[in-house]
Amino acid sequence: MNAIVIRGSGAARASGWLAAGLVVAAATLPWWGEPAWMREFVEIACYFIFAMMWNLLAGYGGMVSVGQQAFLGLGGYVMLSLGNFLGVNPFLAIPLAALVAALAALPVSRLAFRLQGGYFAIGTWVIAEVFRLSIANVPAVGGGSGTSLTALRGMSRGMRENTTYWVALACVVVALALVYAFLRSKQGLALQAIRDSEVAAESQGVDVARLKLAVYVVAAFGCGMAGALYFVSAIRISPDAAFSVNWTAFAIFIVMIGGIGRLEGPIIGALVFWALNKFFADYGTWYQLGLGVLAVLMTLYFREGLGGFLHRRLGVELLPTRRILQSAGTPAATPPAPTLTLKETLR
Amino acid sequence: MDILIQGLLLGGLYCLFSLGLSLMFGVMRLTNIAQGDFIIAAGFAAVSLAPLFDGQLLLTGLALLPLAFAAGYLVQRSLLNRTLGKDPLPSLVVTFGLSIVIQNLLQELYSANPRALEVGALSTDNLALGGTVVGTLPLLILLAALLATAGLQLLFARTAIGRAFRAVSDDREVAELMGLRASRVYATATALAFALIALAGVFQAMRTTVAPSDGPMLLLFAFEAVIIGGMGSFWGTFVGAMALGLSQQAGFSLDPGWGVWFGHLVFLAVLLLRPNGLFPKTRG
Repeated sequence: MNAIVIRGSGAARASGWLAAGLVVAAATLPWWGEPAWMREFVEIACYFIFAMMWNLLAGYGGMVSVGQQAFLGLGGYVMLSLGNFLGVNPFLAIPLAALVAALAALPVSRLAFRLQGGYFAIGTWVIAEVFRLSIANVPAVGGGSGTSLTALRGMSRGMRENTTYWVALACVVVALALVYAFLRSKQGLALQAIRDSEVAAESQGVDVARLKLAVYVVAAFGCGMAGALYFVSAIRISPDAAFSVNWTAFAIFIVMIGGIGRLEGPIIGALVFWALNKFFADYGTWYQLGLGVLAVLMTLYFREGLGGFLHRRLGVELLPTRRILQSAGTPAATPPAPTLTLKETLR
Repeated sequence: MDILIQGLLLGGLYCLFSLGLSLMFGVMRLTNIAQGDFIIAAGFAAVSLAPLFDGQLLLTGLALLPLAFAAGYLVQRSLLNRTLGKDPLPSLVVTFGLSIVIQNLLQELYSANPRALEVGALSTDNLALGGTVVGTLPLLILLAALLATAGLQLLFARTAIGRAFRAVSDDREVAELMGLRASRVYATATALAFALIALAGVFQAMRTTVAPSDGPMLLLFAFEAVIIGGMGSFWGTFVGAMALGLSQQAGFSLDPGWGVWFGHLVFLAVLLLRPNGLFPKTRG
């Protein structure tokens, strides 16, 4: 019997075009927008990329980490060192820093992967603390009080802000494309199989350990990129800011609001986070307390998040990573939006 | 010699930090990320309660323990029981969220400044012990840690409630078929863990200070002690806490800035070389 695998939908294709249009429109922002908007975008872009990586780890890889700030801070410090000491253009240093973070994930995983579940979470936190305390004792990068990125001094402020903004936009597109392509690939399918049942996936020939490592490395790459980008924009770096557990706190909030285990989740969550930040950040401790309460309530009563809610209500998935199997003869009944854009014939 | 004694005394405090974590994980595979923050909250509660008892710390502690026991029971029944399951994510996110809520609430109530319990002469009292002088308070804390560890071990091995703990830990479904109400057994375990947390909080506030942002550090120490000792036995946790206290004290003596860092490194080394801890043992 012939069967087809549905991997996309009309809505998904439309959203692809919409996204492309948005990116082009956004790229022209420096000519018509205000500098404050660009700064806001860069900041939220970093949170978004970081949250997307946390979602990849926890929502797809089943690894709840509280220590991804280790790679974020490392990315920041590598970018700064390349710029200040080796004269590398800091913008070009961003992908290099992300690469170093990904490489660092290999030995770190040897330690972290000895723990499972909840203890994995705290173990990664200890590792991030080791990173923080170690760098706080390196005088060359200012020790505990941190240092400034001097490599961008020759650039005018306007030029620097515009470039940072474009680079941030590029980073968002790259990170999103990276995760999307990864999840839609054969490895991505295997990963989602692991999420549903590790034992069943392994019995089908999925190399669970190897795949988890791949996810961990990809996530470290993204976190390193977010960190390098953030500190290009912030100019100043310190161990407490770079390795702060608050990064993970905000990532968890963004992912739980938007919906864990779906690609749209961090996008929706980041938008909500941006709006909340804009209106309530002045309330300081009460604001953070509110975010904590909201994350708890979402987890207890509304685990699908806003993304899952929209998907259920509207029946549309904008960034589909699922594969829906359907026998070729029968008319489309199972999938919610049955326009077939990408098909694969299975034997 | 001094490092050895000071390290063991510090380990006594860390042991009290970690017993609650070990207990909750052992009974229901729940990792309480807010463990450190609950300890700090208990310390602040003791600071607030002490004036009601004219600064009588023994009475304050005795009043706090049943309160903590009740709080633990309620937290488990109303919140944490809903997060249990095969997937560790909900319990991690909820306890992490609680950690943030507690930190910010304490900061709002008590400001960011560190506070301490007034212990009077006890802070300087000491005993001459085989050549060196040992503070009475740290010695009391170590004694309390020993008693708490032995008590927990006995409770698990000999009593009906201990049997219930082990039963739901081994197989929740079968235990429920035998007539146990798992949700109540879990709540009792958390209540007990909270009593230990209260004890740890009071001692922390007596020995040094408590500040709203201290919680995560205490959690990491507690966690390291559990892993170094090997999951599944309270004596393992006790020994792990001693090893951590010793490592930190050794690091401190080399350079005050490296103590905690050195403790982390010893933890990572144990994780690498003996991933099941120094005393791997499955309870029950």
